[in-house]
Amino acid sequence: MEKLAVHIENLRFRYPGQSNMCIANLNLKVADGERFGLFGPNGAGKTTLMHLMTGLLSFDEGSIRLLGQEVKHHPMAMKKLFGFVPQDFSFYHELSPVENLAFFGAWAGLRKQEIRTRTIELLEVLGLTDVRDKQVGTFSGGMKRRVNLAIGVIHKPRILFLDEPTVGVDVQTRHAIIHYLKVLNHNGTTLIYTSHQLGEAEELCEKVALIDEGEIIIHEFLHKLPSLQHENGLEGLFLNLTGKAFRDL
Amino acid sequence: MFKLWATIIKDFHILTRDRVGLTLMFVMPILLVVIITSIQASTFDLVNDNKVPLLLCNKDKGEASVQLVQAIRKIGMFALTEVPATLDEKQLADQMTDKDALLAITIPGDFSTKIKEKAKNISDRALNDFGLSEQAAKAKPDAMEPLALYYHPVLQESYRASIQGALRSALQLVESKQILQTLYFAINEKQLPAALENDIINDQVAINEIPVSKDGSRRIPNATQHNIPAWTIFGMFFIVISLGSNIVREKLSGSFVRLKTLPTNYLVALFSKQVIYLGVSMAQVVVIFSIGVWLFPLIGLPKLNLPSDLFGLLVVSLICGWCAVSYAICVGVFAQTQEQANGFGAVSIVILAAIGGILVPSFAMPASFQWLMKLSPLHWGLESYYKLFLEGGQLGDGLMNILPLLGITLLIQLIAISALKQKNLI
Repeated sequence: MEKLAVHIENLRFRYPGQSNMCIANLNLKVADGERFGLFGPNGAGKTTLMHLMTGLLSFDEGSIRLLGQEVKHHPMAMKKLFGFVPQDFSFYHELSPVENLAFFGAWAGLRKQEIRTRTIELLEVLGLTDVRDKQVGTFSGGMKRRVNLAIGVIHKPRILFLDEPTVGVDVQTRHAIIHYLKVLNHNGTTLIYTSHQLGEAEELCEKVALIDEGEIIIHEFLHKLPSLQHENGLEGLFLNLTGKAFRDL
Repeated sequence: MFKLWATIIKDFHILTRDRVGLTLMFVMPILLVVIITSIQASTFDLVNDNKVPLLLCNKDKGEASVQLVQAIRKIGMFALTEVPATLDEKQLADQMTDKDALLAITIPGDFSTKIKEKAKNISDRALNDFGLSEQAAKAKPDAMEPLALYYHPVLQESYRASIQGALRSALQLVESKQILQTLYFAINEKQLPAALENDIINDQVAINEIPVSKDGSRRIPNATQHNIPAWTIFGMFFIVISLGSNIVREKLSGSFVRLKTLPTNYLVALFSKQVIYLGVSMAQVVVIFSIGVWLFPLIGLPKLNLPSDLFGLLVVSLICGWCAVSYAICVGVFAQTQEQANGFGAVSIVILAAIGGILVPSFAMPASFQWLMKLSPLHWGLESYYKLFLEGGQLGDGLMNILPLLGITLLIQLIAISALKQKNLI
């Protein structure tokens, strides 16, 4: 039987004070070790689903299991299993990369020596060694993205949630980040990834799901999607299924 | 424990890089202490040591006005300058400006005559009452033209009242002397002997001023003893600007989202902030008290005398600091933006300081405000300090002030933690 990293069943969620369901009876399975991409137009429910899976939002109906354990029942234990790289820069701008990694590493449950070793590794891999002691607030957007990623993976999570990890970066930084994510996945980390960069998704993901109005409308291996055989690729499929009208009005 | 230590290190780094916050927390209370103490010390000097410049325009040529001038000189409160009797009101006002005089008195031309008339009248009525004279006394003497007291508008009402009290006592002395002399002459048909007059009028019972203190040190309180504790507490509570906005910044920044996905309770972060900022408030105490002890004497201000119970001072400072930090955290938890935290934090501290007796002495507050004062943690902190600094008390003596302060602190903590729970942040 296939081991699942994420198993969502009959999940329903609405924000307090809103009448419409944001997530409506959603079911989803992501295999352990998979590179999974979650896509959808603005307001489709991607970030909400990401926040429900990471425990940032709590839900009443349905279940979410990470590596077989119910998120609701073991919130603290769950947090040791995954890493999260939010879209916003999620670190202290007044601190250096080393200081940020020392703090977030401790909060992730690592010991001093482990933090030290991982910090050296990550700074090296992500090209931040030369600026290790400079305040992150002075960094370029690309460097900040790399710091953001480094903090999310310092504790070698089994599952890594990435919410648009390459937004606003140059080609070199995007290439470095995608390459590093593939290395992580090769070493056993399941990637759950959202982005509006569909070309990038084709490069990184093995399997994708398209979400719209809180429902999964397609969930398939990338190579099995028929539209990819045509020149429009994933973007063509995306527009076919969700339409061309603006969605964030 | 390692998580807490790592968080403390993180908060320490962030604090030391927040130059504006540090400036507000240290420079502002130091400036306030130095400026307010200097102003109050000079006011005390003006009242206690310096003589108030007074112009005297004596339009009277009689003996009573001479006695009045002597009596005013004897008060010792005024630097008296006599100006020509011919000056009118406007010229006198000009002279006040020219000579930097805060006060001027005009003695009317018929002063001595009227004083004598009044003395004669009272003497006659007294002799009539005793049955020693058949001469009918006038029921009421003719009205006397009042002495005119001109004052500079800067003089406050309370100060003018004390000046008027001093002048009244001089006037009373002159009137009493006249009545006594007239009465003595009427009975004995000879002048009142100088020695007897002196015994009756001048030989008053002395008033010995003794400052009360529990440790019996009888130190005389000065502006420093009042101001250093008061503005230290004010500075401690101004931590709200740095800590309140620090919490809001963390809440609004992505780092807070990340913290919520990590297997550590946010209470660790709150505890770390309390440790760091309690350290800051203790540093404020050390810096400001050191300035009072060592710097003040060098710049001509009264030296701060530390209380005999140094352990009590440490405990009171720690509780005041903890209360200030708790308040700042509470503001940070409720505020939605940094502007809200800074604005509400600063204004609320000024209000709490005002009703707590930092800006205005608590005894000077109207009765309707007295109950409000008890709601201000700054009031209880100040009273706890005053017990040690002004009354020479021990820690136990201030327990009735320390316990409410501790109670308010615990209440604020409870409110902050409940709000965090309600917002699903812990």
